[in-house]
Amino acid sequence: MKDILKLTVTELSLKLAKRELSSKEVTEAYLRQIADRDERIGAYITVCDGEAIDSAERVDAKRAEGDKLSPLAGIPVGIKDNICTRGLRTTCASRMLKAFVPPYDATVVERLHALGTVTLGKLNMDEFAMGSTTESSYFKKTRNPRSIEYVPGGSSGGSAAAVAADEAPFSLGSDTGGSIRQPASFCGVVGMKPTYGSVSRYGLIAFASSLDQIGPMTKNVCDNALVLNAITGHDRRDATSVSREYGDFTEELALGVKGMKLGLPDEFFGEGINGEVKEAVLGAAKVYERMGAEIVPVSIKMLDYALPAYYVISSAEASSNLARFDGVRYGYRSESYSDITELYKNSRSEGFGTEVKRRIMLGTFALSSGYYDAYYKKALQVRTLVMNDFARVFERCDCILAPVSPTTAYKLGEKSASPLEMYMGDIYTVPVNIAGIPSLSLPCGTDKKGLPIGMQLIGKAFSEATLYRVGNAYETECGVYHLLREGEQYEAY
Amino acid sequence: MKLIKDYELVCGLEVHVELATSTKIFCSCPTTFGAEPNTQCCPVCTGMPGALPVLNRQVVDYAVMAGLATNCRIAGYSKQDRKNYFYPDLPKAYQISQYDLPLCEGGYLEIETEEGKKRIGITRIHIEEDAGKLIHDVRYGTMIDCNRCGVPLIEIVSEPDIRSAEEAVAYVKKLRAVIMYTGVSDCRMNEGSLRCDVNLSVRKKGSEKFGTRTEMKNINSFTFIREAIEYEYKRQVEILEAGGAVVQETRRYDSETGETYSMRTKENANDYRYFPDPDLPPVILTDKEVDALGKAIPRLPDERKAYYTEKYGLSEYDAELLTENKRAADYFESVAEATDYPKLAANMMISELFALLPPDLDEVSIPIEPIHIAALATMAGEGTINSSVAKKLLRRIYETDSDPVKMVEQEGLAQINDAVLLKKYVDEAVAADTKSVTAYKAGNTKAAKAIMGKVMAMTGGRGNPAVINELLEAALLKL
Ligand SMILES: [Zn+2]
Repeated sequence: MKDILKLTVTELSLKLAKRELSSKEVTEAYLRQIADRDERIGAYITVCDGEAIDSAERVDAKRAEGDKLSPLAGIPVGIKDNICTRGLRTTCASRMLKAFVPPYDATVVERLHALGTVTLGKLNMDEFAMGSTTESSYFKKTRNPRSIEYVPGGSSGGSAAAVAADEAPFSLGSDTGGSIRQPASFCGVVGMKPTYGSVSRYGLIAFASSLDQIGPMTKNVCDNALVLNAITGHDRRDATSVSREYGDFTEELALGVKGMKLGLPDEFFGEGINGEVKEAVLGAAKVYERMGAEIVPVSIKMLDYALPAYYVISSAEASSNLARFDGVRYGYRSESYSDITELYKNSRSEGFGTEVKRRIMLGTFALSSGYYDAYYKKALQVRTLVMNDFARVFERCDCILAPVSPTTAYKLGEKSASPLEMYMGDIYTVPVNIAGIPSLSLPCGTDKKGLPIGMQLIGKAFSEATLYRVGNAYETECGVYHLLREGEQYEAY
Repeated sequence: MKLIKDYELVCGLEVHVELATSTKIFCSCPTTFGAEPNTQCCPVCTGMPGALPVLNRQVVDYAVMAGLATNCRIAGYSKQDRKNYFYPDLPKAYQISQYDLPLCEGGYLEIETEEGKKRIGITRIHIEEDAGKLIHDVRYGTMIDCNRCGVPLIEIVSEPDIRSAEEAVAYVKKLRAVIMYTGVSDCRMNEGSLRCDVNLSVRKKGSEKFGTRTEMKNINSFTFIREAIEYEYKRQVEILEAGGAVVQETRRYDSETGETYSMRTKENANDYRYFPDPDLPPVILTDKEVDALGKAIPRLPDERKAYYTEKYGLSEYDAELLTENKRAADYFESVAEATDYPKLAANMMISELFALLPPDLDEVSIPIEPIHIAALATMAGEGTINSSVAKKLLRRIYETDSDPVKMVEQEGLAQINDAVLLKKYVDEAVAADTKSVTAYKAGNTKAAKAIMGKVMAMTGGRGNPAVINELLEAALLKL
């Protein structure tokens, strides 16, 4: 039998159903892998071995009794540490919440539990999801499993690294400005930023409420669709959740791309993009052409404005969302204070890291009286223009093909000195969040250093099934990056 | 103070009213008053990380009803905003309120003043959440009770149309009556479900320009509203007369001393950094929904007042007294329906029943079946019982409610109209009370009253006073 750790969720699901494997065996294999590798990788903040075995045994018992179980029953999962888990520490990788144990599950966790998944632990991230390298975590730095001197990307760096290092068959991340797609591309796994409103945000500790969205990170496209099926749906506890018929995201997987139109936006291949990244994504376009898709040139003129608009909106919302961490009711409280103002000041100064404080100050400034119109209001106007740009483009094509990040993974410490340079790395991912539309990130090559290159397939709202179809066609043609043998390259290369 | 005559008071009120929904504005926690601290809260209303607000639609419905009852325009599109500030009773460190697009705008209420009716403009009504309560304890320090966090409020902002403490009180009374009629709040001031912020400035009479204003927060009784306004008005005039300038600030009214104290000046004022709450979609209302809510509003005080004066011939004054409180008005209407003597019934309620009831009618229900008061009015109107028996019966049924018709029958309380019998009593009384008769003859007409009382006593209080009076006058004239 193929190594358990190399099995996809789809394969595991079949083997569990046929009782060729038990959930306990699978869970134990992953816990062993975590014990062996995670000291080097640093994907997990919290590992729950005991509870994981217990819940695996419960699923096995149910299966033995002949209960009809879901495809995800008994399959282990790693969860980003900004998604609340009842009774299980949820830190946001911050000193502020280093001892916070939520008394409730996020809706996505509730849904997964109802289906019988087994939680392996909580995954490292940039503090409060602010960052692109996972270096701003209070706890540890996560390393890129493809090359240990490099960052895994961020903010869902732990979620990407866990899948890439076979420390979890799939994981949940969150994406506010690229936080699922960029680490997926840096680590060579598949990540989906779903349409805003399709996955409940209840229990996701908010960074920027109007942009945040939880999504799956997996080895391949098919698994991703399967997991998204499980976590999508209306939730009456989230007022921004959209009530509609979502359908089955795996339904169109095998349909191929013949006759489809893929838009290639000029602006995503301009100044600042690394040559190898550009070449790989254009190579993918060639693959699609070969498979019978038509490549059409399109234009997102507002691309340059999306980035500053994103930083204004996300920081403004963050400044308000993070105000509740004041040391009064829960979370970190400073030892030294003589009155309530000092308690606030000292707890927040000591509890938050530099990047978080930078964004809170940025956002507070942008919302201040006298500056609101110039920054926040302007940013909202840009947001509308970006949405219009995408709407126009989707009249001409089924989805957009673009790079995820201008470069491959950075070396650890390389970008931490220059926040602005790091922010520039989000240029291709943030427009998607600004517009609230879905985007699938999947590997499309490797650079000379052996680091994965990612492409993203961007679609109109609620077109996830189409994106999976297009993504799956590529994997069918070129193979699943994560499962390629050492040194093996995509055929297209 | 002579100088005060040269100045004009300019006042606007912000009234916070707690809505009578059974659950909170953004979660399903109950809103019951007086529960043990922190027993009515959940991750949402305590602002736990990741918890999200979902608007209770009944809050919108109630706010719209309050808006319609105060003649406001209802916005088809409004939104909710975050008001950001740090305070330990505010778990999220922002209050969800409405900033530039409130639910209701441009209304008014009419009040009675010495110069007649006056219109007080209502700028806006918006929905928002209440904060928690801080409990200061010598042993444990300051503690937070989150039961009130997320209790739904409406804030009703008036135009600066108020020119005296009396007008302010009349406005709040009218507003309270109207809101209570709609049933969207119980407006209990002692429980804080109606609280008032007073904005006040003064200016030289005839001046168009507004003076610098101060704000007094959380005043919760009519007496305190009056006292706070009178004190603050005088304070500001004295400052101006002494050549000083009023400082724009928030002041605290101390009901113990009747004075106001500076709390926070404008320089230290918070910049609330309002912005649209990204967790909450806009509030959309169709004309159809607004119409349906309008239909759900019961008839309001002014409409009822007009009806009472026209249909039942009540005076404006009596009609006002009966409509000040919805419970009384509803009660009166049930009574009026069951008797041919509604005006008599109204008099009984106002002069007798209201005297028996506690001053704040909102706290208790009237312990008499309306049909029993109606029966009393009918018996009195038809002459079956006299007014003093009616009065006594009313007091008795107030203690233990029962059918007065039966009581009259069983206890033989019917009025004695028999002139022959009454003449016998009159003659006996006149013969017995020579002292009063002498006094009467000497010109003391009041002495007849004493004889009258004795006759009444002889009838067991049941004699027809008009007949007795006639017979007595005749008897005395003959002497
Ligand atoms: Zn609650």
